[in-house]
Amino acid sequence: MQLNSAIQKGIHVITVDETRIDAASAIQFKDEMRAATDTGPDHVVLDLSGVSFVDSSGLGAIVASMKQMGDARRLDLAGLTPDVDKVFRLTRMDSIFVIHSDAATAVQRSAS
Amino acid sequence: MVRRDIALPYVRPLRVISVDTMGSELAVRAALEDMRGALTKAALDEDTLGSVTLVLAEALNNIAEHAYAGMQPGQVQVRAEIFADYIVIQLRDHGCALPGLQLPAGHLPDASGPRESLPEGGFGWFLIHELTETLNYKRANGENSLELRFARKPCSGS
Repeated sequence: MQLNSAIQKGIHVITVDETRIDAASAIQFKDEMRAATDTGPDHVVLDLSGVSFVDSSGLGAIVASMKQMGDARRLDLAGLTPDVDKVFRLTRMDSIFVIHSDAATAVQRSAS
Repeated sequence: MVRRDIALPYVRPLRVISVDTMGSELAVRAALEDMRGALTKAALDEDTLGSVTLVLAEALNNIAEHAYAGMQPGQVQVRAEIFADYIVIQLRDHGCALPGLQLPAGHLPDASGPRESLPEGGFGWFLIHELTETLNYKRANGENSLELRFARKPCSGS
């Protein structure tokens, strides 16, 4: 599981360099999100455009990643592929996160 | 006298796909990719393919994490039968039975509270119920058998 970090216009964009966040990788994902968001900007956008599959464990790990950032900081999502979008919609977790069509839009909208 | 002429006709599946896997999280991941590849060849539409793969992931991970919990992971047999307008998938394992010998209800976890109390789990059975047409569980002779049935969307242009 590899996460890539970039700061764009003061926003921390984290890209997942892996096609799946599933039961086998959920704990590792959560730990690496903790390490990646430990310091840096308060506003984080998780770019999931390279992720084609998230199961319930992966969904739980994304929710946990937001919770471990604490109340004062913000985690948005961007670039949900169709099957990933379906998981968020069915579980209503799409109402918990601000979801952007892609990372560039997320940065632009948040910076302006 | 038994009348044989009124028996229901046996509908043969268009295609049968069998995948055997060990009940561990990494083996499940490989089995899901095999199954997805085989289902893609069977010309399933993307939406049905996504639903079937997700439900299979949830059901197989339940077996890995609960049925075979605390023991050497055993085999899981997955058999998919593709019909013209539906798909039936049967999962069989020799792990522990489902609690109370019945399917968990599968309610959507409550996400109405503050951030620190948001649910991080409990979505699996909800997704299985939500995305299947029918769901049957049987326990007999030390074997779990879970049958999942999916409606198949008519495929346009293929």
